Amino acid sequence: MLDERMIGERSEFIATKGKQKQSLKCDADSIAGCVSQRACVYCGARVVLNPITDAIHLVHGPVGCASYTWDIRGSLSSESEMYRNSFSTDLKEQDVIFGGEKKLAASLDELVEKYKPELVFVYATCIVGVIGDDLTAVCKAAEKRHGIKVIPVQSSGFAGNKSAGYRAACDALLQLIAAAEGKGAALKEKNCINYLGEFNLAGEAWIIANYLREMGVSINVAFTGDATYRRLKTARQATLNIMQCAGSMHYLAGKMQEKYGIPYLQVSFLGLEDTAASLRSIAKALQDETAAQKAEALIQREEGKAKAAIDYYRQKLLGKKAAVYVGGGFKAISLIKQFREIGIEVVMIGTQTGRQEEYDAINRLVADGTVILDDANPAELERFMVEQGAHLLVGGVKERPLAYKLGVAFIDHNHDRKHPLSGFAGAVNFAAEVYATVCSPVWSYVKEQGGGCSE
Amino acid sequence: MNDELKHCRNVNENPCNMCMPMGGILALKGIESSMVILHGSQGCSTYMRRHIAEHFNEPVDVASSSLNEKGTIYGGESNLKQAIDNVRKVYEPKLIGILNTCLAETIGEDVERIADSYSAQQDAASPLLVSAATPGYGGSHAEGYFFTLRRIVEQLAEPVERHSKVNIILPNLSPADIREIKRILQLLQVDYILYPDISDTLDRPFLPRYTKLAQGGTPLADIKAMSGSVATIQMGMTVEDKYSPGQYLADAFGVPLYNIPLPIGLKNTDLFLECLQQQAAAQRVPLELQQERGRLLDGMIDSHKYNFQKRSVIFGEPEIVYAVAKTCLENGLFPVVIATGSKTTRLDALLRSELAASPDECTILNETDFAAIRQTAKEAEAVIAIGHSDGRYLEERQGIPLIRLGFPIHDRVGGQRLLSVGYRGTAVFLDRITNTLLEKRQKNYRRSLYETFYQEATEERRGDQCD
Ligand code: SF4
Repeated sequence: MLDERMIGERSEFIATKGKQKQSLKCDADSIAGCVSQRACVYCGARVVLNPITDAIHLVHGPVGCASYTWDIRGSLSSESEMYRNSFSTDLKEQDVIFGGEKKLAASLDELVEKYKPELVFVYATCIVGVIGDDLTAVCKAAEKRHGIKVIPVQSSGFAGNKSAGYRAACDALLQLIAAAEGKGAALKEKNCINYLGEFNLAGEAWIIANYLREMGVSINVAFTGDATYRRLKTARQATLNIMQCAGSMHYLAGKMQEKYGIPYLQVSFLGLEDTAASLRSIAKALQDETAAQKAEALIQREEGKAKAAIDYYRQKLLGKKAAVYVGGGFKAISLIKQFREIGIEVVMIGTQTGRQEEYDAINRLVADGTVILDDANPAELERFMVEQGAHLLVGGVKERPLAYKLGVAFIDHNHDRKHPLSGFAGAVNFAAEVYATVCSPVWSYVKEQGGGCSE
Repeated sequence: MNDELKHCRNVNENPCNMCMPMGGILALKGIESSMVILHGSQGCSTYMRRHIAEHFNEPVDVASSSLNEKGTIYGGESNLKQAIDNVRKVYEPKLIGILNTCLAETIGEDVERIADSYSAQQDAASPLLVSAATPGYGGSHAEGYFFTLRRIVEQLAEPVERHSKVNIILPNLSPADIREIKRILQLLQVDYILYPDISDTLDRPFLPRYTKLAQGGTPLADIKAMSGSVATIQMGMTVEDKYSPGQYLADAFGVPLYNIPLPIGLKNTDLFLECLQQQAAAQRVPLELQQERGRLLDGMIDSHKYNFQKRSVIFGEPEIVYAVAKTCLENGLFPVVIATGSKTTRLDALLRSELAASPDECTILNETDFAAIRQTAKEAEAVIAIGHSDGRYLEERQGIPLIRLGFPIHDRVGGQRLLSVGYRGTAVFLDRITNTLLEKRQKNYRRSLYETFYQEATEERRGDQCD
């Protein structure tokens, strides 16, 4: 499987369905010098918490970390725009030598005075972990001083990979939920659910909320898409947690079940099949016959409309081959099914943070000969896209130029996209986008010039 | 003119700059057959790759030594060496630039020693290793850029025989700009070493075969020979000596240094040509360039009324900001805010004399953020902004249209194709500004004239009738 320009240690992270028996290695730190597509602990934490719209997200560290993460995500808000700012304590050499606690405390004072927030997240970056600032103590003191919630997020970049950041974010959320004591905090309402692992990219949480509303189910709070401090505090009121992005929220869902007795259900709203199945399973989990009937009506209506639209694209796309490289395993699984709906077979699939069970599920779903990889790098993506004859890559911004340079079409399925891909509406968008890129006239000129890796 | 507003707050609110290693990567991308390793945790490289890829729409491979907890506590030497091994295997580069990030610098990693000890065990064919300490807290990406260039010449340049080439040292420009500068050099028949050169590496043509390392970049042999050039022309008026590659060549090898502004604007381009003429085989400015100058001037006349006294905000890397400010002054787009996220002592001094001629008060913001820029721009009633995409809130929230220039451009396509230097580039750049102002005017003049002269008057008339 490896040629001389591949890195030996990476071989355990790559498998071909049907060829090898041993399962894929995953959930390990990236290997030095491999040009991993992954980011760091801080990235994981920031991705999860940033959609909380009325919070101040303060990055404790040098300015770079804050600069690269400023308003790059497509999460939408129905109210506050506070989350779209990027605040940094902007540590300088002196602070690194003498410690940054004083500056952090002063920063918090300044921000509270200027914006009067109710909630502040303070993210630790690499050097904060090294210089040993006591984030928890500084945050606690600020909480006391100002009577607001100041939550430390332990996200030093080197302390693991992106998954560790998810965990740090979940810990921060748990602190927040636990702190919301008092009356009403645990009052359970009927058909009132939390939606975990949904970040309201391009308004996707709103799309799903509309479906659920039609079924007589209301979303108490989405974690963390379009969430506010006020809503998050009520998380314990829900009777059920539905969980979309398992990579980031599995831990939180488990903890909420354990602590507050809220059961959880894995859902996916990518593609027609998963969307319909998820709506059905929510009604079932709520043991609500009316909701189930309403779900059926909704599915019939929306699926019908969507299928008619998608069918047009399916005709054009039949027989094309796709490569997928996304953040989490959950999304990868859905994408395989969704591609089938539009007549496309996935021939290469990988994730940044997929878990063992997810890779097993992927392995069951794909056809023989499909290449599966964990924590891939550009060299591997290039090689397998070419070898597998992919017409299309699904990925994020970093992967896009590589696909284009190889003459391969591209779909952005990252957090920065500006168009919804969830639910029935999203499924149509997805098919339309695949069509727009795969069937663009540009590839004919590429082919004419002798480029492009597919026939 | 106001005194510089000191950045005396504790929070940076919406950064106007990036960190040192980012600049280092951009510099290294302009070196032939090179790869970059960021010594630190995985995130730095991924975030920077994303930023660069989005601006240039090019694959940007940057490795990381992926330091984890263990490496952070016990030292990252083995991680770094493993990273070098792996990068060599996959990319086969001729040079590997190792940039120390925040993390590595704070735990005291001696990259130079590690690189030396690695190289000592290798044969002659192994890649050159150069290192630069670029902690994120040490400066902005602009400083990181020049410092990395300086470190590369420090480590590569050797005493060589004098030759007739001129070193041209560039700040962080678009590939289109660099190609324009090359064209001018060719027209003037100047024998040059362009350093660095991302014109091909970060703006590759579509080719039938993809290569992991792009063709192009400054040849290593050229960098080695920079010590023997007749002169260095460095577009680095704002660059401090400790970061200045040109200054190093002057100090260590006696290569005369001409520090000039970026050739954006009529006068700045004149200066560039004058400077080149002294070094060039063709002493006269070729007809082609003379005509381009004439056309630019013609274009300036075409637009002058639309631009005059339109208060501008300019922000970004010091070198770009300086050249753009001069260009704005030339065209009556008087700057009211000039801002950079970098810390520079030179920008102020340089601009003070230039701004003396402006009828408007101008605030110069050093080491600033966008909260300060927006506030100051609002108070000064600026109508147009010039700078990179991170200034988009000026447009979104203040209604000040943004002319995108510099790095990063991440909310539009074609950052790599933006042309703004030379007479030709300036003309296009100026048109971009003028047309934006015209668009604003054309959108609004009917309504505004209707509201002021018709609606108000009608209301008064109605009032009359009632009486
Ligand atoms: S500021 Fe430091 S830790 Fe942050 S991205 Fe820059 S080098 Fe990396």
